[in-house]
Amino acid sequence: MSREGERPGVTGKPSRSLLRLVGLMKPARGIMTAAILCICGFVTLNVAAPKVLGDATDVIAAAVFGAQFDAGRFVFLLLVAAGMYCVTSLLSWAQGRLNALAVQRLAYDLRKAVEAKLHRLPLAYYDGRSRGDVLSRATNDLDNVSQTLNQLLSQLLTSTLMVIGSLAMMLLLSPLLAVVSLLAVPVSALASIVVTRRSQKYFVRQWEATGDVNSLVEETATGHETIKLFNAQSSMAVRFADHNDGLYAASSKAQFASGLLVPLMAFVSNASYVGVAIVGALQFLAGAMSIGGIQAFIQFNRLFSQPLGQIGGMAQVLQSCAVSASRVFELLDAAELTGEPSEQGSGARADGSSFDARFDLPSGRVAFERISFSYRPDAPLIQDLSFHVEPGQTVAIVGHTGAGKTTLISLLMRFHELGSGRITIDGVDIAGMGRDALRRNFGVVLQDPWIFTGTIRENIEYGLPGASEADVVAAAEASHVDHFVRSLPNGYSTMLSNGGEPLSQGQRQLLSIARARLSGRPILILDEATSSVDTRTEVLIRQAMHRLRSNKTSFVIAHRLSTIRDADLILVMDHGRIVEHGTHHSLLELGGHYAHLHEAQFAAGGGELAAMPVRSAKHRAEQGEREAS
Amino acid sequence: MLASLLLQRLAPFKAHVLAIVLLQLVQTGATLLLPTFNAKIVDDGLVAGNSEVILRLGAWMLVLTVIQVLAAVLAGYLGAIVAMKIGRGLRQELFDKIHSLPDQDVAAFGPASLVVRTTNDVLQLQNITVLVFSMLVAAPVMGIGGVILAVEQDVALSWIVFAIVPVLLVIMLLIVRKLVPLYREGQGLVDRINGVLREQILGTAVIRAFVRQPFEMKRFEAANDALTKNNLRSARIVAAMLPLVMTVVNLSSAGVVWLGGHRIIAGDMQLGALTAFIAYIMQILLAIMMAMYVLSTAPRAAVSAERVTEVLNTESEKVLPGTNAEGRVTRPSAEGLRFDNVVFAYPGAETPVVESITFHAAPGTTTAVIGSTGSGKSTIVSLVPRLLEASSGTISLNCRDIAAVPLGALRDQLGVVPQETWLFRGTIAENLRISLPSATDSQLWHALETAQAADFVNELPQGLETTLSQGGAGLSGGQRQRLCIARAILRPASVYLFDDSFSALDTVTEAKLRAALEPELRGATVIIVAQRVNTVVSADQILLIDEGRLLAKGTHDELLESSETYREIVASQMDTEEAA
Repeated sequence: MSREGERPGVTGKPSRSLLRLVGLMKPARGIMTAAILCICGFVTLNVAAPKVLGDATDVIAAAVFGAQFDAGRFVFLLLVAAGMYCVTSLLSWAQGRLNALAVQRLAYDLRKAVEAKLHRLPLAYYDGRSRGDVLSRATNDLDNVSQTLNQLLSQLLTSTLMVIGSLAMMLLLSPLLAVVSLLAVPVSALASIVVTRRSQKYFVRQWEATGDVNSLVEETATGHETIKLFNAQSSMAVRFADHNDGLYAASSKAQFASGLLVPLMAFVSNASYVGVAIVGALQFLAGAMSIGGIQAFIQFNRLFSQPLGQIGGMAQVLQSCAVSASRVFELLDAAELTGEPSEQGSGARADGSSFDARFDLPSGRVAFERISFSYRPDAPLIQDLSFHVEPGQTVAIVGHTGAGKTTLISLLMRFHELGSGRITIDGVDIAGMGRDALRRNFGVVLQDPWIFTGTIRENIEYGLPGASEADVVAAAEASHVDHFVRSLPNGYSTMLSNGGEPLSQGQRQLLSIARARLSGRPILILDEATSSVDTRTEVLIRQAMHRLRSNKTSFVIAHRLSTIRDADLILVMDHGRIVEHGTHHSLLELGGHYAHLHEAQFAAGGGELAAMPVRSAKHRAEQGEREAS
Repeated sequence: MLASLLLQRLAPFKAHVLAIVLLQLVQTGATLLLPTFNAKIVDDGLVAGNSEVILRLGAWMLVLTVIQVLAAVLAGYLGAIVAMKIGRGLRQELFDKIHSLPDQDVAAFGPASLVVRTTNDVLQLQNITVLVFSMLVAAPVMGIGGVILAVEQDVALSWIVFAIVPVLLVIMLLIVRKLVPLYREGQGLVDRINGVLREQILGTAVIRAFVRQPFEMKRFEAANDALTKNNLRSARIVAAMLPLVMTVVNLSSAGVVWLGGHRIIAGDMQLGALTAFIAYIMQILLAIMMAMYVLSTAPRAAVSAERVTEVLNTESEKVLPGTNAEGRVTRPSAEGLRFDNVVFAYPGAETPVVESITFHAAPGTTTAVIGSTGSGKSTIVSLVPRLLEASSGTISLNCRDIAAVPLGALRDQLGVVPQETWLFRGTIAENLRISLPSATDSQLWHALETAQAADFVNELPQGLETTLSQGGAGLSGGQRQRLCIARAILRPASVYLFDDSFSALDTVTEAKLRAALEPELRGATVIIVAQRVNTVVSADQILLIDEGRLLAKGTHDELLESSETYREIVASQMDTEEAA
């Protein structure tokens, strides 16, 4: 049996993440090859141009020493040098653009992958961690990767090629001096390894601390009202200061440790320069080299050691990039939902015949067969529970808070997977259907109405993309959304944001009812769909729902018993078991849990209400309808 | 904006900044001196054939490099400390500010944007501070040093130097001007991506239930496309920057050879000066490139500075002077809560949300507020803790106009259960103690028992020490409501406000809860917003609100007599069976 909600996979070292990043750049192979070619050309010209300019200087020098001034050659060399410089700039510009293109593509793909991942993670993943941290990975870390990668790619490539090119020139000029210069390589490498080791852990800590700060701000900004009501600003500020200090400590250490590299590399470069100057001078005295040779060598030594230092200095950027990348990969590698059939939407019936899970017209017969489930292995929640629902029936689930009502619904929708037993729709085991195929059968209104940033129309249309304006309005009218929408200045085009502002909680619930209504799915699930709606409106919705439900199988969870009293089957749950089932009448007669709940609900006002002679017109209408149906 | 923000933030670190500047001077000076020593090695050592001079000067060069590295490391250390302290200070101030803002402003910024502002934007500012210290301070020293040394070589040639500097400045200016709006738009797009992701995480269940993942992916793709396009545009501009500068500088070095060559032929200049001049132009180029690098990141940081300042400059709630203790009334339940012709309208809105609300809720009594969805019940409740400020009319608590009571003191006297239950990450005990930090465990248990939450808390493996995830995810709606009720009644208050706080409770639990509350809150003023008639039936007075107006006021029986609307509400909840 597959299970949602396993521990996320732990991704390895940050260094491995860098390799993975490089792997991800494969689609941009062509672009990267072009960029590398540009850089090769750039480096060659960059090494050669000073030489041409030097030749021009030599023409002057020759003239100074008495030769005829060759004005034509002088101008020619200068023009060649200028031309080379222009080409150098063009190549540098081209590689910059190509790099940017490759990096932005990678960032785009990564963001897309992260977002797609969010849809494939088990719901339990979100229960276990803060939204702020997940968000921080998807934005801060990803942003850091793309920013640093942009720098890294062009600089790292340029510097590496510069090092190689100048090393070749140095070897040509003087192998002995080249060896002196090469001494810088192990020293640089050692320095970067030592520094990198130290700063690595600070970088990890820095990004973790950023995640902490992120979470706390996200959390407290969302719970802003509560904090103010309890004057808890200062205690929250203390908590924040704690995280903030952690971030400060980690980031200043990371900054300093990694910042050491640049001066250290400069030191190695300068020391190598001094070494070359001294050994070169002694070589000259021994008659092994010319002054011109030494001067040229010193220039190439600069061209060699400076990019070498830059490569070392880039280790800092590299680390920051690697740590962020590994946090992103950690999210990408988290265990996903399992148990999807290989071919979406098809499977096998218990009797072996094949089927299409997107039933054209499922009858809506649902059976729970000896199911068990628990969130934690040590605390069984639902044990050996069975019931079945005939097509078109309305099933109400009642029971104390925490009795497992919502869990039952989430098992039916495969938000969580069964421990044992099976659930079937029209005889087909839902475990064999694709989750999406299965869920296309349900129109749902969940406990917390979820409204996304968009217009009211878009939010209703969510249930049935591409629905006609008339259908949207019809669904809105039937759900009593229409009248308040029309009182808003922009009507159906009113933008909703921050989870549904400016609508009240009740209006949000009505909106999600309209959404479910519009969807026209064969099985309806209403989980406390009207808990924040006032009762008069609820009566009207109930009538409309009654009509809507007539040919649909419905599951209704509600605390207000008046909402569900006309259900075909009422399941009374307690501690994960069905303790009673039957209709309103049979359960009242039984005199058990349900009767007790019922009594409590109507005890306060029941007596007086019963004696009240006045009946509203609406109520009578409702009663009439019920009798008629 | 960026400069003024950084200057203001740097002010407390004058000594550090001075030290950094001095150290950078030493560091750059040492670097500039190295070629001079090298020239001396050539002139005095090689030409004279003196190996002793070579070794002596070589040793001096080594000393210089050691000085250079020490100064650079120390400057780096100080720079890191100052930059990160500035970052820490900004984050703390932002956080404090966020929690002093009125609700509407927090909602207007949106949590997603506030998060980005406190982390990502501050990070940008930290980074630029580090860069300023490491590069921007060294660059002018190097550039000016280069110019001085160049001029020293040949005055006539140095007009080239003075010609290229303004050209480079213009290039920089143009680029920065193009980049700033792009970066500003870019940060906005980062906000948008953040917002979409946040919604998707919140709405996972609904999205999956409706199988709208493809739609969500498209929604995200639109934001992702926009961000990528924006990033590409700014990256292209940045890519053009360096080549442009290189072209200018390189061409001018060719120009130097051309002009200098003619001057040498004419006998106005030495050959050695030409080579030196080119070397110094390269030095100036290096300095300008360093400055450019800093400036290329400046636009992004400038946008971040604006965004941070925007939050910091938003006006806080009117807190009123005076300590919290001052506002406390000595006899906590002297007169209770009085609304006198209170109106609330959102600024600029045509019609008020609530108007002409007048009532008195005496200590020891329960006032219930009932009415349709969206009728303004919650608005009335929000006016008491001044989450919203009444547009006109007065609300007085124990004979004092609440508008004149310090905000902290006012809220200290209230126990509120808001409609949207919110719990924080942390243990149950920590969540409850938000209300009364000094509460003992037995007080906590007592409040939990009253709120009918003791049973399920007891069943949790760690009891009070159970860690809740953000927003109380993992708990059912009813469990969250009961924890919020326990939290509110934990504190001694003169007014308790319950805004639709029993909606997710089953009726048995609700009945028990209200029965348990009754003795607990005796003596205090209780306001209950409710949907269910049986919640309000025993209230001392019921306010029936319809479309923002107080339609009727009285006890259950009185309202049954007088109000048709009330009768409709009651009828809608009645059990037909029993009524018949």
